Order: sequence, then C-alpha cells, then structure tokens
Amino acid sequence: MINIRVQSEAFNSAAEGENLRSGNLDIGATVAFTGYVRSEENSLTSMTLEHYPGMTEKQLDKIAAQAEERWPLDGLTIIHRYGKLLPGDPIVLVIAASRHRAHAFSAASFVMDFLKSEAPFWKKEDGKDGTKWIAAKDSDLNALKHWD
Amino acid sequence: MTLVYFSWIRETIGKSEEEIILPLDVTTVSGLIAHLKSLGEEYQAALAKPELLKIAIDQEYAGPDNSIASASEIAIFPPVTGG
Repeated sequence: MINIRVQSEAFNSAAEGENLRSGNLDIGATVAFTGYVRSEENSLTSMTLEHYPGMTEKQLDKIAAQAEERWPLDGLTIIHRYGKLLPGDPIVLVIAASRHRAHAFSAASFVMDFLKSEAPFWKKEDGKDGTKWIAAKDSDLNALKHWD
Repeated sequence: MTLVYFSWIRETIGKSEEEIILPLDVTTVSGLIAHLKSLGEEYQAALAKPELLKIAIDQEYAGPDNSIASASEIAIFPPVTGG
C-alpha cells in the first residue's frame, strides 16, 4: 500500500503508522522518519514551503515506486507539508513497512534521500536576519551516490 | 506554451506564470533560456547562473539539450530544498 499526501495541515505520525499496518499481521517492522523545522538556535521565526502542485505528487510517486522495486515492502507512506511552518513543526513523514527491519530502514532512508533532491519543494526562512531562500546542499546530492 | 516559475526565480522575474509564443528557431531548453534572457533585466538576473536552474517539461525533469517542441508547460526553478 502506497500512501502519498502533500498537504498544509499537520499529520499524526502514530496514527499514520497504525493506518499503514492496518491489520497486516505479516508486517514485522515499520521505520518512521519525521523531519521538523529547526529554530536554528532561536534565529528562525518561521519557514514557508513552496511546491509545484502536480509535479510534486508525480515525483513522490516515482520515488515510492523505485523503493518498492528495490525492497519487498508491505507499505509506504510519504506525507510532505507546504505553507507556513513554525520551529518545531513537523515537515515530512516517511514510514516504510516490511517483514524485516533491514528493508524498512533502507527504504525509508532511500525515500528521504531522493525526496530531498528530486521533489520540487523550496524552503524560505524568516528570521532575525530577514527573509532568505535556503540554498540546496551538495551533501544532499552526494547522498544519492551510495544508492547507485 | 505556459512557463511557470518557482521560489526566487519567480520572485526575481516577478510573476509565477505566463503564456509565451516562441520564435520558430527556439527549439530546445537552452534556446528557451537564451531567448528569455533577451526579454529584460529581470529575466537576465533570474537566469544568470545555469547551474542554479532546474527545468521540467510537462512536470518531468529535462536537460539543456531537450526538445521543447511538444511541451505545453515548462517550469523553471532553483535546485529543490524539501524534506
């Protein structure tokens, strides 16, 4: 079961994990990753995420399909928020479910690495020093290499 | 053809989307970028650094040599920063 949502509302990680398992008693492991807005030592007041409606969902679908091809998964949830968020707010949730933990760990990590480099989201920070768009990091692109 | 812009490219150009009719000799992504730069300072500023431009043709990533002949929507945006 692949469950992909792009939304402005908050999500409930525990409820999403239960939904994903939804009575499948063969699932032996779920690995959940949640990404949050950092306060950057109280210098950030808010963060606004913009995205490309339509392409975002397409890219997330593609990444999820690739993860399913690589590992025997029993479920995969990807939820990403957009709009204005505050320090401490959750931004992204990835939950991978499989029979054994290794596949769930790998799939969740793979999805996050590709999401960071391919899903069309952009972060703008509002803080003490004014407003600025976050620049992409080379380390995020390099993270893709170990999946070759 | 519709052009859509995101993030600081949208802010620098000053619009989020526009309809454009291209000269017949503009057939590739790199040709499109060169043509847009001829339209004014705001385009020149937004599109100055090719390494900071990502292009999607009908919501699929594309490179500089890709044809835009059958494209209906082309997006121009900086490297993505989600997650």
